[in-house]
Amino acid sequence: MSVFKASVFFAALVSSVAVAAPPEVHVVIKDHRFTPSEVKVPAGQKIRLIVDNQDATPEEFESHELNREKVIAGKSKATIYIGPLEPGRYPFFGEFNEATAQGVVVAE
Amino acid sequence: MISAAIIVFRETLEAALILGIIAAATVGVTGRARWLTAGVLAGIAGSLVVASLTEQIANLAEGMGQELFNALVLGVVVLMLAWHNIWMARHGATLARDARQLGRDVQAGAKALPILFVVIALAVLREGSETALFLYGMSLGGQHDAWAIVNGAGMGLAAGAAAGLALYLGFLRIPTRWFFVVTSGLILFLAAAMASQVANLLIQSDLLPSLAAPLWDTSGLLSNDSAVGLLLQTLVGYDANPAGMQVIFYVATAALILLGMRLARQKPAPVGSPH
Repeated sequence: MSVFKASVFFAALVSSVAVAAPPEVHVVIKDHRFTPSEVKVPAGQKIRLIVDNQDATPEEFESHELNREKVIAGKSKATIYIGPLEPGRYPFFGEFNEATAQGVVVAE
Repeated sequence: MISAAIIVFRETLEAALILGIIAAATVGVTGRARWLTAGVLAGIAGSLVVASLTEQIANLAEGMGQELFNALVLGVVVLMLAWHNIWMARHGATLARDARQLGRDVQAGAKALPILFVVIALAVLREGSETALFLYGMSLGGQHDAWAIVNGAGMGLAAGAAAGLALYLGFLRIPTRWFFVVTSGLILFLAAAMASQVANLLIQSDLLPSLAAPLWDTSGLLSNDSAVGLLLQTLVGYDANPAGMQVIFYVATAALILLGMRLARQKPAPVGSPH
């Protein structure tokens, strides 16, 4: 488990670096759906997207347009930095429940 | 069942292609089957551990543990692939002469096996842990019966393995004198592609600036979720809308490995001559 130990060390190193907080946007996953399914964000700046998975099952937040992919364990929250984005629509989905878990980030 | 098949296929594909390339690059090396099998098994075992620790890993580093963990795993794989290519380049002249029997004459191949074991184990671990987590989640969901999940997963696994096998068999048809160039070329692209993924993970966790995101957008021409796009993404790191930082990582990694291979080639290998 030396990989694990190394990542803990790396983690400690990183968490000591203070970062100016970009605006936060919240999305909830419940019953394999995103709420809101349309998320409005300001264009041209970095955003902290906070995804709260309230289901018991894990989900993978994925977006080809945003170039993002992150697994979110059941009953837990994840932070994903996105942008700065050009104005436009950026669809995302839950890869583990693609039939129902669909959403879009609208930058304007 | 179909969704299980598709997801398992997607996750298996990357690991299977890496395995196919490495199996091809080590044709004829004695003991490779044992090392490659051990790599797959270690990777599967590791996947289960990582999948069960998902939440704990995610909570490290203020929620960025997953990105850092994946970046670390990929970073190690990039280093190992670079090392392998540079090592093999040193023996280039001998390899080009009798690439198919290199195992018998050149010990270089056998010496590279432990490195490749690590590459395969980590590649399987990364893709496998997501697969395990997905299947676990699906079984928790309760809407699917266990047999449907197992069948779907089995189909996906078989399809992914078939793709890796097809790539491997395709490699075997390459004329001997091109063999080394093609396999080391693909390993070079693979390493650069993974370096670009490392950059993307560090951007996602806000540890690196994106430097123009995206630098270009060719998703209209070839999207990342099309079949061809997915294949090219795995093999050469195709990205329809990469950040500037990803392109820098990609190019720098490829350039450094090429430079290392060139420098290594100038020095003749000290290892025992054939016969």
